[in-house]
Amino acid sequence: MHIPDGYLSPQTGGLFYVVMLPIWIIASKIVKKNLKIRQVPLLAIGAAFSFVIMMFNVPIPGGSTGHATGAVLVAILLGPWAACIAITIALVIQALLFGDGGIIALGANCFNMAFLEVFAGYYVYRIISARSSAASIRRIWASFFAGYVGLNLAAVSTAIMFGVQPLLFKTTDGQALYCPYGLNVAVPIMVGEHLLIFGWVEAIVTALVIKYLQKQDPDLLNI
Amino acid sequence: MKTTQKLWLGVLILAILSPLGLILPYYFKAGKAWGEGDRTSCLWRAPLPDYSFKGWEKNGLGVSSFAYIVSAVIGIIAIICVVLLIGKFLSRKD
Repeated sequence: MHIPDGYLSPQTGGLFYVVMLPIWIIASKIVKKNLKIRQVPLLAIGAAFSFVIMMFNVPIPGGSTGHATGAVLVAILLGPWAACIAITIALVIQALLFGDGGIIALGANCFNMAFLEVFAGYYVYRIISARSSAASIRRIWASFFAGYVGLNLAAVSTAIMFGVQPLLFKTTDGQALYCPYGLNVAVPIMVGEHLLIFGWVEAIVTALVIKYLQKQDPDLLNI
Repeated sequence: MKTTQKLWLGVLILAILSPLGLILPYYFKAGKAWGEGDRTSCLWRAPLPDYSFKGWEKNGLGVSSFAYIVSAVIGIIAIICVVLLIGKFLSRKD
């Protein structure tokens, strides 16, 4: 899910920095208005949890790996705007310190995981939860499906970013300059493995933590 | 124990267990995630590429696992520092 440098054209990378800039600005403004000082530790826990859960690479048949992101869980607990900032921080640290995800691709990676997944997951959770109480089983299922939908949308978006590269950017003799795989390869592989495996991993991680928090501190679920 | 303390404990336990994310793919002979290939960037050299110490990889899975845990802890500390800094600007007292 973390696009490395070399797979996206600088134009694509730049485009998603431009797309993310207003989102980061709005997120900062909204968080500044709403974030109480006692919620700062929760922001750190959310970013740290997302960072560390992404280190758990899950192997799948075919020699590939993938991982959950925790982004939907953080969105449920902090709201989508604060979660956008938390996941962005995790992605920046991963790229700068550990080379996990590229620098040119950072805006694109943030768009997929810190924006698309966060907001899609958050609204799926809200819609399924409806007016159910914070301690209801319905909330656990809501978080489960929110995790599944959120991660898969991020995978679709990542696959499209990869897949359009050979269409748009090639040398005069038709050689791909960046990602060599077209939509016909990138979409089935990326989306397939997330629909079949990693989406469920995200769903289970999200639902388990929500279930734990329902017992531990249901107030956290009343945002 | 307060909820936030329990959650921090959970994150710490995950950091200690994180080498599972290294060891399981190793035993199933799985490589990197699709698309997370080896096209390295000359734009920026990460100090701990792939959550490992440069040149230590050949010393076996035990050493790699240790480097993985140390990377997790360094990453978490870096995140706490960034959030505290941002929190100073973004939060309001209540």
